[in-house]
Amino acid sequence: MPTDFTLPELGENISAGDVLRVLVKPGDTIQKDQSVLELETDKATIEVPSSVAGKVKEVKVKEGDKVKVGQAILSVDDGGGAEAEGERKPAAKEKEAAKEPAKKAAPAAKSDEAKPQKPQPRAAARDAEPAPESDEAEGDEADSDEADGEEIADMQPDVQAKDKSAKPDKPGVKDPSVGPRAAAQDSEAQARPQARDQGREGGAQDDRKVVDINRGARTPAEPAAPAREAPPAPAAPSVRRMARELGVDVNQVNGTGPGGRISIEDVKEHTKRLVSGAGGGAAARSVPLPDFSRFGAVERQPMRAVRRKTAEHLSAAWASIPHVTQCDLADITALEELRKKFAPKVEAAGGNLTVTAIALKVVAAALRVFPQFNASVDMGADEIVLKKYVNIGVAVDTDRGLLVPVIRDADRKNIVQLSVELSQLSEKARTRKITAEEMQGGCFSISNLGGIGGTYFTPIVNAPEVAILGISRARMEPVYQKESGQFAPRFMLPLSLSYDHRVIDGADGIRFLRWVTEALEQPFLLSLQG
Amino acid sequence: MTSVQLVVVGAGPGGYAAAFLAADLGLTTALVDPEPNPGGVCVYRGCIPSKALLHVAKLLDESRHAKAWGIDFGEPAIDLDKLRAFKDNVVKKNTGGTGQLVKVRKVKYLQGWAEIVDAHNLKVKLAAGGEEQVQFEHAILATGSTPAIPPMLKVDDKRVMDSTIALEMPDIPKSLLVVGGGYIGLELGSVYAALGSAVTVVEMTPGLLPGADRDLVDVLAKRVGQVMKSVLLETKVVQVKPEAKGVRVTLEGNVDPKEQVFDRVLVSVGRRPNSKIPGLERTQVQVDQRGFIMVDEQRRTHEPSIFAIGDVVGEPMLAHKASHEGRVAVEVMAGENVAFAPRAIPAVVFTDPELAWAGLTEAQAKKDNVAVKVAKFPWGASGRAATLDRSDGLTKLILDNDSERLLGVGLVGPGAGELVAEGVLAIEMGATATDLKLTIHPHPTLSETLMESAEVFFGQATHVYRPKRG
Repeated sequence: MPTDFTLPELGENISAGDVLRVLVKPGDTIQKDQSVLELETDKATIEVPSSVAGKVKEVKVKEGDKVKVGQAILSVDDGGGAEAEGERKPAAKEKEAAKEPAKKAAPAAKSDEAKPQKPQPRAAARDAEPAPESDEAEGDEADSDEADGEEIADMQPDVQAKDKSAKPDKPGVKDPSVGPRAAAQDSEAQARPQARDQGREGGAQDDRKVVDINRGARTPAEPAAPAREAPPAPAAPSVRRMARELGVDVNQVNGTGPGGRISIEDVKEHTKRLVSGAGGGAAARSVPLPDFSRFGAVERQPMRAVRRKTAEHLSAAWASIPHVTQCDLADITALEELRKKFAPKVEAAGGNLTVTAIALKVVAAALRVFPQFNASVDMGADEIVLKKYVNIGVAVDTDRGLLVPVIRDADRKNIVQLSVELSQLSEKARTRKITAEEMQGGCFSISNLGGIGGTYFTPIVNAPEVAILGISRARMEPVYQKESGQFAPRFMLPLSLSYDHRVIDGADGIRFLRWVTEALEQPFLLSLQG
Repeated sequence: MTSVQLVVVGAGPGGYAAAFLAADLGLTTALVDPEPNPGGVCVYRGCIPSKALLHVAKLLDESRHAKAWGIDFGEPAIDLDKLRAFKDNVVKKNTGGTGQLVKVRKVKYLQGWAEIVDAHNLKVKLAAGGEEQVQFEHAILATGSTPAIPPMLKVDDKRVMDSTIALEMPDIPKSLLVVGGGYIGLELGSVYAALGSAVTVVEMTPGLLPGADRDLVDVLAKRVGQVMKSVLLETKVVQVKPEAKGVRVTLEGNVDPKEQVFDRVLVSVGRRPNSKIPGLERTQVQVDQRGFIMVDEQRRTHEPSIFAIGDVVGEPMLAHKASHEGRVAVEVMAGENVAFAPRAIPAVVFTDPELAWAGLTEAQAKKDNVAVKVAKFPWGASGRAATLDRSDGLTKLILDNDSERLLGVGLVGPGAGELVAEGVLAIEMGATATDLKLTIHPHPTLSETLMESAEVFFGQATHVYRPKRG
């Protein structure tokens, strides 16, 4: 009897992905937990392990397909339904457990348990709609609703530059157990498809109403005294209720009616804007295109998740940030000698002593001297958020697009440590083992295009950060020497600093860049001032 | 042993609304209350019986007033037993109705007293004897409130009454002291005054009905002053001593004599939440300093399986607030992401004239420094009020300064309690003065005063000449 394997829930707001490669073919015998699919989502590349075992009868997806959670991936002939039958039991048991009052368990934990029992993806999404306050705790539940498969949360920062050391690198088939994501997903992958089967058999329907009602429970605050500072948003009860269901704060919605009254349409419009990321992306996408076939042959390719996110994120950053790019030239002749001298030492430690690694150290120090570069702008609150931590993202070119792994606490690490970490993270990014977490929380980005060439460029600030340093290829140039009155060959590194003019003035921009330049020219300055 | 998805403790207007909605949504539901039928304080000894009596009081007042219109009914003869029977019958009709609704909805009704065993179990000591264990997935505590009696007024004498006793109408006392100038004292005081008692009201604060705007209260106070023997503001009762010929009361404040004797005393200084639910300590439910069960905006307590609604979770202690909360709690259980977030909870005092308000008051706006504009329409300009020979009413709108949006509404006059509903809807919908102005209201009705108040806001009221300044 053939059994279908459907795409299990992958967690973390992931409802769909692009098939990068299919790892099995008809006739293969697969084991449970064996990877059958490499899936690219906008969070990370995931290897999908099978929850069924047997001989592959049919593979129902191919490379480049967009698949959704619940969609059939392949079918296997397992020589009878015995195993599948056996597996349903634990699922059913879990369902009992979930219904059982989980008194001791924290509400969030309880709802996690209860999740796999949801009979229908739609119903699940509806019930799972977390209260805005509990988004964090329940991040992985939101939005399995296919109707608006766009993800709102956790936009992964992308920049348009490439790391010097980045090389396209075709990944091989990987061990499914490697990487936290793949591992985490094993247990879910087993439980969920069965739960879905269970639902199809009926009987689970009645549970919908009550199973999960503690979802979104939170510690009650003091009985709420209505806050009166500003009049509450002028929206009818039906509109307020809908906003709440969509997870939108109705007070943030711009009302277009008389007296600023908020209509259902206003809430929808606001939600759309949120989803498309500050509106810039939506505008960029909606530009009408001519019929190119009039001019010649064209081919249309689906935009992959990473590309789409890059497009949306950069459009939003470009639209919302008034950019200024300031350039400078650093004489790294001395630094280059030091770099070559110590490179073997760093290599022995497992790292690569690159200009990027050294720039990481310099920028980390500079961010402490110029705190306004380690900031974000909160226009809604009329506030500038100053960060007390120094996490720096480094753009890495991979064959699925640009990724920006983040080096945490860069200010507290020495150059050897930074080199090692950078090498490891870049490798993970290129081999698709990087997790979403490892690409979050950056304060500042560095983009080094020097490996490929070029002089200066104008990097786009990786919002919500406020500045980015672009590094181009260093070259030998004749530089006038004041002391000798002659030109001497010096190794010169072009630097391009883009910053958010809302919070950084031009004078500060060049002060920051001068500081970085001088630190690169006089490495001792780092120890002196940094 | 009963096992249900939802048990509601307390069958007042909050509790039974919740239980009925739960049943309508397909949850197995039980409802626990000491009374034989749902209704709670509201129906058994609150809103409903008092309104029946107030209706009669109004009729008495109007029949007396009719002399001015050339009709003299003479002094009315009052048959107290019959009056009491009318009131009891009204209660019976109501509770009989809710009892029927329990049956048709297949809600399991347990008449008795609940004790919580743990977060998923309670036991009910049945009124008919015996005990019933109830296992539940979720519970709603809707135990309501009871009249509060301050220690110095705690006298073991049936002539010192709370609202419950006063509604039973043991007799029509020659003299009655009402302690507390809130809505309960004024409503019941009006009833007894209409029936012929000489009523004295004492109120600790400088005004009646704290919370309502003074311009509205002034209209009511004027009439109350005529109906009652006296209204003593900033006056306190310091001692109550039952004596053979009456209750001797010592007053403190601007009053003379300080000692007075009354046939009966009605204590209506407020209500306290019934949060001393047996076994509550076996759950994580928390109670605040004032005795209210603490809940979040979805009416969840600190115990995940237990919700609480109504008087027991906080002010205002009003039936319509409780039933709305009850429905919200049940919808939350049904998986809806909803919250108790009203823009306005109307308050009505059913005296004659009635006084009603909703949303922001002028006084509150001043206190919170909210920039508002107030538009008033005196009923002296209302044709309908003139036909009723009641031109002393007032309608006022509290509007947002910039957007002209309606933030609050207040009315005093006959029927104010019915009229306020339009204001509540307008506030909830985010209506502006223009919306009210452009909505055609039927003529001749008192509802026109809401429309004309909005016209006053623009300085263009048909029946009031008050050009807009500046």
